[in-house]
Parts: sequence; structure tokens; C-alpha cells
Amino acid sequence: MITLNNLKFYFPKGKRVFDDVTLSFVAGNIYGLFGKNGEGKSTLMRIMSGLLFPKSGQCRVFDEDISKRTVSCLQNVFIVPEEFELNGLKITTYEQVNSVFYPKFSKDQFYELIAEFELSKDQKISTLSFGQKKKVLIAFGIATNTKLLLMDEPTNGLDIPSKSQFRKIMASVADEQRCIVISTHQVRDLHSLINHVVILNQCNIAFDYSLSKVSNHLWFGKPTQGPQESIIYAEPSFTGKSVLIREDREESEVDLELLFNAVLNNSDAINNVLKNTYHDHAV
Amino acid sequence: MDFDNSKPIYLQIVDFFYENILKKRWNGDERIPSVREMAMMVEVNPNTAIRAFNYLQDLEVIYNKRGIGYFISPDGYDKVLEVKKREFMKETLPDVFKKMKLLNIEFKEVESSFENYKTDEDHEKK
Repeated sequence: MITLNNLKFYFPKGKRVFDDVTLSFVAGNIYGLFGKNGEGKSTLMRIMSGLLFPKSGQCRVFDEDISKRTVSCLQNVFIVPEEFELNGLKITTYEQVNSVFYPKFSKDQFYELIAEFELSKDQKISTLSFGQKKKVLIAFGIATNTKLLLMDEPTNGLDIPSKSQFRKIMASVADEQRCIVISTHQVRDLHSLINHVVILNQCNIAFDYSLSKVSNHLWFGKPTQGPQESIIYAEPSFTGKSVLIREDREESEVDLELLFNAVLNNSDAINNVLKNTYHDHAV
Repeated sequence: MDFDNSKPIYLQIVDFFYENILKKRWNGDERIPSVREMAMMVEVNPNTAIRAFNYLQDLEVIYNKRGIGYFISPDGYDKVLEVKKREFMKETLPDVFKKMKLLNIEFKEVESSFENYKTDEDHEKK
């Protein structure tokens, strides 16, 4: 439903951001978008929401070229950026002014979320802290009920209880109609929500697989025995864990940090294991 | 819910079901939370919760009434007891035995500790 075809992007005078990126996102999933600082996670999200235009290639969102910025396309997309400015309106005024752009916006849902985040609707946005402003934007983004919801580092600035609240809320709003893409460095915050991992590295997509596929074919942990050749990546430290080809081991939970390091270290080794698996019983 | 890193999250949710059933918080033919409610409760992707529900349904620990929701099977308790007992015998005990051997602990010592534990627990209940 969202396809990026041979996308190239660079900033004027800047270094290349995307070389030749082809990628697709399907509704019903929560995608985790990972990459080192400056690898282009935010840029990718801005391209997907029509805020930046690719130098070549196309980003098609629900069968329309997003860079054409048609109303029918943009009303189905919402982005919660990492950094943002909100004007000094009251929360209610903000809702009234902005909700008209989103036909599926739910006023009830918005104010429920505002209450859940312990904000009151008469507060002026300019008097709120960064984390509280972020909550307003997250609540608004969810309540727009757009088919594509992009969130750039959503848990940055949230306090400890709010992170758990955020997970609860995301678990309750994820459904078959919605495609959610979240970029983050806070792997622990969002690990349990994500079911598909995309890793950007060196201007390209270094990894793009569902977690069920990963846990079907790879094993994460400290190996006690077994042949060395099934080790794909090992952390160098004493307590270090490894990524192994799963073979007949019990299924393990995917360790996202370990997976990330393994992919940056040698993406070919991992991709080869996952690529050569034709008979997958589970999706 | 805090997740253990090694065990797949869906199986940790299954364990959460087992605990509720064994402690008789959830009884036979009783309605249990929906997939979405469970996903929210433990803060996971709904797909992960669905996997746990499917797993339990395959084991016939829970059953689905279309349009109403999920229920604990009438013999759900017995089924869970059987599963957990097997797991204890096959996984937990060998670990304990390994440690006992390593630390030179006699079975009699363990037996008397266990008797003490049982009487202590009975007292607490009274």
C-alpha cells in the first residue's frame, strides 16, 4: 500500500542520503525503522509524508504519488515529527483548527487520549513542557485515524509512566486497516509493539523482515554448545550474546539491539540466511 | 508486563494465562479478556497476542464463541496442570538435579526443606 521505488535523495551540497531505495509498507503492521544517527530515518518519513521530494524515483502512498500532495492522499497520512513547533493555541482550538483536514478524525478519541495523558483540554499549548506537547501531537495523530501514521522518536521526552501508556495506546489502536511506522533509538521502549524491522545503513535498506520470520530462522542468546559455523554474529564482550542460525533450537525472542548490531556488522550474512528460506510455515 | 529476553513474548503471554488458570482466577467456561484487551494489558502488538490465543486454542485450553469472545475450556485447568507438570519434570527438575549434584546436596535435605515449606504455607493459610 505504500511503495518506494528506486528512491534517490540527497540534500544540496550534502552527502547522499538514499542511493536506490525500494521498500514497501503494508497495513496491519507496526514497522520499526532503525538506523544510526544521520542515516536518513527522519528524511525517509518526510518523503513518505510529502514534506520532502525524492531526487528520482517515487513514493506511492495508496496508489498516488505523495509528492503531488493531493488532498485525497494527504488526508490519509499523519506524521508526528521528532522536533516540532506548535502554536500557542488552547488544545481545544488546536483540535478545531486542524481536525477538519482529516475526515476520519475522532473528537471523542482525541479527548480520551488527552485525558489519559493527564492533560486538560483548556490548557494552552505554549505553557506545556516538551513531553506534554508531544503527547498532544501523539493523541492528535492517533485520533486522525489516517491509514498511514508515521512517528519519529515518539517516546523521546516522555516520562517513564507515559512510555508504558504509549505502548498500551498503540496496542489498542493498531489494526488491519492501519499502517504504523515508528522510528526510534529506544529499542527497549518499543520492542514489544513492533512486528517488522527495517534497518537503514549506508544510503540503503540493510534489513527488511518481519519479526516472525526472524525468530523462525535465527536464534538469539548465549549458545552453550553446537557447531561454530552456525554463529552469524557474536558480541565481543564476556557476557556477550550471539545470533545463530536457529536450526532445531527452541524459538527465542528477537533481541533487537543484537540484531541491529549484527546487521550493521555484516548484513549479507543475515540476509542470506533469511533469503534462502522458501518454505515458511508461519508468516 | 516485564518480558524475559530469551522466551518469545507470545509464550510469556501463554504463561500469564496458565498462571491465572492455575491460581483459579479464571475458571472453566468463564469469559476472558479479548485479544485487544490482552494486547493493551501487556503492551504488545495485537499480532503477538493473537499468536498466544491461537496457541492456547490449539491446546484446547481456551475456546472461541464466535462474536462473543474467548472462554476457558471446561477442562482447561486439568489441561494446564498436565502441561505445566510435564514442563516441570522435563525442564525445571533436570536443572535442579544438576545443581544438587554440583553442590553435593542430598535428596533428604531437599525433602525436609519441602516438608517445612508445606507446613509453613499451611500455617499462613490459616
